[in-house]
Amino acid sequence: MADLILSPNLPRPDEFYANLIAAHEGLTDDESAALNARLILILANHIGDSEVLEEALRIARSEA
Amino acid sequence: MFQDRYTLAFRLYPYARSVDQDAAAPAHHRVVVVGGGPIGLATALDLGRQGHPVLLLDDHEGVGQGSKAICFAKRTMEIAARYGCGSKLVEKGVIWNLGKVFHDDRKIYDFNLLPEDGHRFPAFINLQQPYFERFLHEQIVAEQAKGAPIEIRGKNRVDAVEVKDDGVALDVMTPEGGYRITADWLIACDGASSPTRKMMGLDFEGKVFQDSFLIADIRMKSESFPTERWFWFEPWFKSGASTLLHKQPDDVWRVDFQIGWDVDRKEELREEKIRARLDAMLGAGVEYDLVWSSIYTFQCRRMKKFRHGRVIFAGDSAHQVSPFGARGANSGIQDVDNLGWKLGLVLEGRAPDRLIDSYDEERRHGADENILNSTRSTEFITPKTKMSHIFRNAVLELAEHHDFARGLVNSGRLSVPCTYDGLSLTGADALPGGPDRTRPGSPCPDAPLGAGFLLDRLGGGGFTLLTIDAEAPETFVEDGITVTRLALSAGDGPALRERYLGGAASAVYLLRPDQHVTARWDRFDAAAVRTALRHACAKD
Ligand SMILES: Cc1cc2nc3c(=O)[nH]c(=O)nc-3n(C[C@H](O)[C@H](O)[C@H](O)COP(=O)(O)OP(=O)(O)OC[C@H]3O[C@@H](n4cnc5c(N)ncnc54)[C@H](O)[C@@H]3O)c2cc1C
Repeated sequence: MADLILSPNLPRPDEFYANLIAAHEGLTDDESAALNARLILILANHIGDSEVLEEALRIARSEA
Repeated sequence: MFQDRYTLAFRLYPYARSVDQDAAAPAHHRVVVVGGGPIGLATALDLGRQGHPVLLLDDHEGVGQGSKAICFAKRTMEIAARYGCGSKLVEKGVIWNLGKVFHDDRKIYDFNLLPEDGHRFPAFINLQQPYFERFLHEQIVAEQAKGAPIEIRGKNRVDAVEVKDDGVALDVMTPEGGYRITADWLIACDGASSPTRKMMGLDFEGKVFQDSFLIADIRMKSESFPTERWFWFEPWFKSGASTLLHKQPDDVWRVDFQIGWDVDRKEELREEKIRARLDAMLGAGVEYDLVWSSIYTFQCRRMKKFRHGRVIFAGDSAHQVSPFGARGANSGIQDVDNLGWKLGLVLEGRAPDRLIDSYDEERRHGADENILNSTRSTEFITPKTKMSHIFRNAVLELAEHHDFARGLVNSGRLSVPCTYDGLSLTGADALPGGPDRTRPGSPCPDAPLGAGFLLDRLGGGGFTLLTIDAEAPETFVEDGITVTRLALSAGDGPALRERYLGGAASAVYLLRPDQHVTARWDRFDAAAVRTALRHACAKD
């Protein structure tokens, strides 16, 4: 049961961000939405910790 | 004045004039059951087998035709076995284990229910609901022959219910006119649109899913569709937003098309229209007869309380779920199993009236679990928003290549009985190292014992003290309630250790008549068993 990490944790943030945007290149909005959905599911499974996931959902939702 | 609302599959209890119709004053009955669907029939059977006089009133003369339940779970078979008709279900039913899930034109994966070994009954059978009801009725006839005080009156419709503190008065309509009776207890098993519930002005709240399903039962002599459950999301043949194909006995297949909310029912039910959908799916050359078809919309809802004084609701009258997961009739049968022994003890004055409140508590808990599961399945199958549709399809796409996503695919989580964790009647867990699956509140899992099975050896309608390598008296009486011991040793069956002992060297289980665990210990302690037994009968 780890806590959700909210301090900087990406070793190369600019690179990750560029890769994320590049992954969507040339896709329609619908295709992009589908990619995002797949990505979330893959990452959620990797995290696996339901408390961390619930906390992440809560924070993401509160920014909306 | 007296019109059938549906056609009959089997005419089982033709109308016959009863003495009550000519009585000067309303005749009195101890227990009246309204409704002869599966739940009403099972209730009459349960009480009648205990020797309690029970009168069942149904507004038809037998079992309705139509596409309703087809999947019956192990727990239902185990309960039916206690009623004496478990084997019949399995003999007639189709046993299946394999399921395949498709998206568009691709098979994304298949699954095996992988039923655990060492159970008398399979995880599931498919059987048309009319057969299920007929077998229950045949058992009622067999029990009547042995003297069980069960009476069924066909074409007796309950038109009015007057509720009193200590019972009810009912106005009953027949083809020859009306009559009035009174009863100490009324069990309302009159289905999802329960007239009893409406006459009493009671709530039935929940969620309606904005989609319709066209259900067609077809008979084909086809070798190309095996005994498996096939489920398509967004099938290439475009006959529905989802489609289910499932085998039933008598060469009949259930086909279930999700056809959308705004449909012209009359148009969709035209035979040519149904055949067009089926032909697109099966391929042009396949010949079949259309046995039955209908259009359903689904809802998940329940009453706030299942007990209202001397009126008790069971089955669809109390709670309704979408069929994904086969939790309707299966959960209703668990209601009956839960209520039967409790009402029996109260009728005999061996337990206080408040024992019936635990029916309300435990079965509402069961209904909530079923509603939760079937709501989740329905939301997966019929996504409500664009984003939930995107996620649903993302799951399906990933599931084709990655194991992890298969656990997220939800085309129905099949019915299993619930555990009454932390509820009023559930007692102590004093078996260190005991398996989680048999903690207090759990339904007993079956286990092989020599040539037979454990569940067949439990109870005979009463409480059981199951001892494994532990000493205890053969019988035990507390305040009018007898507990009978079943003495076993870990070596008596290969699954006993895993299912009942876990890390413990010995175990003592107090089991209720419905084969749920009340409490468990590592050794027999008379005072502790006495306390647990009183607790399980709501005596303190
Ligand atoms: C398409 C579909 C598929 C399903 N599949 C499954 C499945 O696979 N597995 C599963 O477990 N469940 C399934 N179900 C649910 C299952 O059919 C129901 O849960 C079950 O029929 C409920 O039984 P019941 O006895 O409570 O009510 P009902 O079967 O509705 O019986 C009620 C009875 O009461 C009678 N009655 C009504 N009013 C009066 C009155 N005023 N006086 C006297 N009698 C009256 C009626 O005539 C009827 O006989 C499915 C349902 C549908 C629609």
